[in-house]
Amino acid sequence: MKRWMGKFKALMLFTFLAILLAGCGKENLTSLNPKGYGADITLDLILYITFIMIGVFVVVMVIYTIVLIRYREKKGQENEIPVQVEGNTKLEIVWTVIPIILVIIILVPTIYFTFDLADTSEASSSINIDVTGNQYWWHFEYQDEEVATSQDLYIPTGEKVYLNMISSDVIHSFWVPSISGKMDVNPENVNTMFIEAYEEGVYWGKCAELCGPSHSLMDFKVIAVSPEEYEQWITDMQNVDPEEVPDDAVAQEGQDLFQNNCMGCHALGSAPSGVGPNLTNFGDRTHFVGYLEPTKENLVKWITDPESIKPGNLMTGTYDVTEEEADKIAEYLMQLQPSEITPESAGGLID
Amino acid sequence: MSTTTQKRSLGTVIWDYMTTVDHKKVGVLYLLFGGIFFLMAGLQALIIRTQLMTPENDFVSAGLYNELITMHGTNMLFLAAMPLFFGLMNYVMPLQIGARDLAFPFLNGLGVWLFIFGGLLMNSSWFFGGAPDAGWTNYAPLSVQSPGHGINFYVLGLQLAGAGTIMTGINFIATIVLMRGPGMTYMRMPLFTWTTLVTSILILFAFPAFTIALFLMQFDRMFDSAFFDIALGGNSVIWQHLFWIMGHPEVYILVLPAFGIFSEVIPTFSKKRLFGYTAMVFATFLIAFLGFMVWAHHMFTVGLGPVANALFAIGTMAIAVPTGIKIFNWLLTMWGGSIKITTPMLYALGFIPSFTIGGMTGVMLGSTVADYQFHDTYFVVAHFHYVIIGGSVFGILAAVHYWWPLMFNRMLSEKLGKLEFWLFFSGFHLTFFIQHFLGLMGMPRRYWVFLENQELDLGNLISTLGSYLMGLAVIVLLINVVTSYFKGPAPRDPWDGRSLEWSVPNPTPYYNFKYTPLTRGLDPLWIEKMEGDGKIKPAEPLHDIHMPHGSILPFLISLGFTIASFGFIYQLDGPHGRILIYIGMAFAIGCMIVRSLKDDYGYNIPKEELEKEDD
Amino acid sequence: MSHQEAIGRNAHKIDPNNIPAEPARATAEGKHKHLGIWIFLGSETVLFASLFGTYIALKNSTAGGPTTQELYGLELVFLMTLLLLTSSLTSVYAIYHMKNNNFKKMQLWMGITGLLGLAFLGCEIYEFAHYITDYGFTFRSSAFGSAFYALVGFHGGHVIFGLSWLIVLMARNAKRGLDTYNAPKYNTFALYWHFIDVVWVFIFTVVYLMGMVG
Repeated sequence: MKRWMGKFKALMLFTFLAILLAGCGKENLTSLNPKGYGADITLDLILYITFIMIGVFVVVMVIYTIVLIRYREKKGQENEIPVQVEGNTKLEIVWTVIPIILVIIILVPTIYFTFDLADTSEASSSINIDVTGNQYWWHFEYQDEEVATSQDLYIPTGEKVYLNMISSDVIHSFWVPSISGKMDVNPENVNTMFIEAYEEGVYWGKCAELCGPSHSLMDFKVIAVSPEEYEQWITDMQNVDPEEVPDDAVAQEGQDLFQNNCMGCHALGSAPSGVGPNLTNFGDRTHFVGYLEPTKENLVKWITDPESIKPGNLMTGTYDVTEEEADKIAEYLMQLQPSEITPESAGGLID
Repeated sequence: MSTTTQKRSLGTVIWDYMTTVDHKKVGVLYLLFGGIFFLMAGLQALIIRTQLMTPENDFVSAGLYNELITMHGTNMLFLAAMPLFFGLMNYVMPLQIGARDLAFPFLNGLGVWLFIFGGLLMNSSWFFGGAPDAGWTNYAPLSVQSPGHGINFYVLGLQLAGAGTIMTGINFIATIVLMRGPGMTYMRMPLFTWTTLVTSILILFAFPAFTIALFLMQFDRMFDSAFFDIALGGNSVIWQHLFWIMGHPEVYILVLPAFGIFSEVIPTFSKKRLFGYTAMVFATFLIAFLGFMVWAHHMFTVGLGPVANALFAIGTMAIAVPTGIKIFNWLLTMWGGSIKITTPMLYALGFIPSFTIGGMTGVMLGSTVADYQFHDTYFVVAHFHYVIIGGSVFGILAAVHYWWPLMFNRMLSEKLGKLEFWLFFSGFHLTFFIQHFLGLMGMPRRYWVFLENQELDLGNLISTLGSYLMGLAVIVLLINVVTSYFKGPAPRDPWDGRSLEWSVPNPTPYYNFKYTPLTRGLDPLWIEKMEGDGKIKPAEPLHDIHMPHGSILPFLISLGFTIASFGFIYQLDGPHGRILIYIGMAFAIGCMIVRSLKDDYGYNIPKEELEKEDD
Repeated sequence: MSHQEAIGRNAHKIDPNNIPAEPARATAEGKHKHLGIWIFLGSETVLFASLFGTYIALKNSTAGGPTTQELYGLELVFLMTLLLLTSSLTSVYAIYHMKNNNFKKMQLWMGITGLLGLAFLGCEIYEFAHYITDYGFTFRSSAFGSAFYALVGFHGGHVIFGLSWLIVLMARNAKRGLDTYNAPKYNTFALYWHFIDVVWVFIFTVVYLMGMVG
């Protein structure tokens, strides 16, 4: 058994080292390196509770260790009978009262921040964005500005932005770990939450409620830019001409193909969203399909064989294009870059 | 049965078990099938972990992955952990209170067969076009929209198993209230019996909510109703409420019996009575009571509003108090004792730090705001595995090693047992500790793949390697079980036990106690060892023992309902489904009428027969 | 097994000169059943509570279909309440006669209980048919429709089960009379029947009365 003890200790040490090596996770994804209001107060609270809990754990483990060292059955004492203690009222009161006090200490900030994060009294004077969760993509509509986009959510830094979220199919959950905690996106009611990014950056967003086979591929980004850049982006997006003909011939062919095959579901400009994502600024996306490197090769693969990229998506089998045609469509789509404000303006994706 | 030690043919044994209403054999059936489902669910877990060993892995497809996580969770909770506890309770609890059987032996048989058929029905979905794929929580509307028949199997399988569970719960309560032997007052009952009682009460009030949830799901999927159909005014949050009204008490259903087991194991191997017995009993009740008021802490992110969230946070954290009381009482039981390290005791010792961690992360999750980050991430996965493995599974494994000689008249090897413990314990912490951090680093749960270059690779790799160690441990346990068969019979009372179950001869006679045992205090056997001759005193002179007849009807009734369930699953596909419903229902109801019409008075074992048997 | 002794019906005979105070609880099995059915009814309470919760959550989700005010009429429901409450009373009479060891009168009152239950069921079927044909209000019309038929239908299902149970019980024992073997069976049935009655009182209040008010 001693031998096994030794191996076990080595394993534990290995784990500990591994955690150190892994650090806090990827910047702009991890909740351990907060870049926004919700994530910031949450991490403080988590560390506060963890600190108290480690204290409790240490107390338990000290008693535990003493017990194991002092009260093991010793050789030659097999027949000794220990004193049969029934209990000890004083001790039992102590370990009832202390946990109650600890729980209260934890509850006070918890309840305070629960109400703080649910406070939507400033919503009417702030930026409001309607968020729609779909299998497996996100749609964003800027109410007052009449701007629509999908997958990349542009917000200004240092401001509370209110998200009014609803789902078009099943339950999703909106989570940008480094900016804020999550909230479910239900099909029957609008849930409102606010997010506030402290600094510019491209933040990873994830769907956190099982929504089907491609649940794990339903990534999106929050692109926090300076308020001035945000204004610029809104103006650019408002001035988009969805009919604008591209300069080169291949892309022009691609535009024709796109309009014949894809516009039934997809939208450009501020037109109401169909069953597919709005592609107005597709060329600016940090990723295609939520998680693929934004290369033409990936895009062609996605158009020709969507099922292999996102299982269970709604695009598979709704159109018939050859690889050659897909190539032209891709050429057109990648040129859709209506604004100077791109993810690069926020510092780009951290790799 | 010392008089029937001659070899019996396999057919006779199987028929014996199919018709049994004996609590011990029913217990063995629960253990057998619970064990089989445990192995299947464990295998599914290993496939899941293999898929997540490297980023963007394609070991299994996305659809298959969702089926695997659903089946792993559902199998483990409803068809493995709970039935394994039921098996132990069935076997041990009547012996602990000096009873000769449960209050309703026939119902006990029906309960076990409903569970077995329900479990087999759900797992047969793999061969009928695909397993359920909406997670063990089966949230609407994803589950309503899920194509194929998978979810139908989930609904009907759990409906059957759930009915069996409620029956058994009723049975345990009636038994403990009415059938305690002379002198066995409530406050002398062993803690395992107490937790059986409280668990049964939880089942009684929690499972009917799930029954209704499953009915609503069945109506929506198979009869086109509109409970969860948003277009017709339905509301998917109703499912979440009904599910968690069952689902949260379910956690306590799984962990309270483990508390009971450790409250047996720790005093036995410390040679010291349980510290603060009364406090332990009240803490059990308090946990159960609070367990009913906290279900919405699984729904903090649903958008119930800050008032509801705050209230449920308060309730959730309050549970930490009675749980803390229990931990300290176990520590103080060992304090001053004479601790003997055996395999069951090792599990108890492993349980204390593991469960403490699980409890602490539970408090963290109960903090609403913090939960906005934790919810549906690997932090939650880590938390509930710390509770369910660190609590329930450690409890089951401790109990299996502890009561094996009682149940199967064989000793499990201590050497292999300790090897198994260390493999399991280290594998467990290796698998799940790191997952707390994975969650905080941005990995949601139920992710088929995690992406490259997100610094999640190492954590997932460690986790996967740990899970293989746990797999190895289970193989060691299986080897231990098989080899133990070839060893000789176990000695009577091998652990120097304290409660009544250790006073019966090996193997346990089918009538349990020749004399009705007299209980003279808490830990009755220990009292007799210290103050008497080590033998339990008879409460009354020997007389005839009344026994129930076995019956094949529980098996047939369950079979009928299973056939009908297949009909419901396929009823939208054409007339053959409906025909199956009629056949199955007619068969089941026919069997029930037969049961009603045929009088069954049971039989007596005459005093003269009993005089020949061991005490 | 060779070493067993069969127990016959004689062991359960009731001595007319020494009638037990509670024939239903004269045997251990009778005691078990008495407690068992109470526990079971506790569990049934949660079952119906879940259905009531669902109904209350969905009762205004009519999706353009008929609403509670348009549908419900008190006359029929009042009659149904009367029928079921009376049937509870008659089952009390039956149990009263059981305690006096008067089997014939017990069967008679149990029979009346069954007839009243049957009449109730008839009214319920008429009510449902009325909603379906006159209003087109079905299980599939709206979430409210689903919740209404689920709750009231579950209760109706319980009535059907109770009636079948009663018929089997009465037919089985018609010729053999009362003994301590079948007395617990009548007793459990009576308790179950009271429970169904209590649930109906809640349905009457929560569904119909509150539905009329809106």
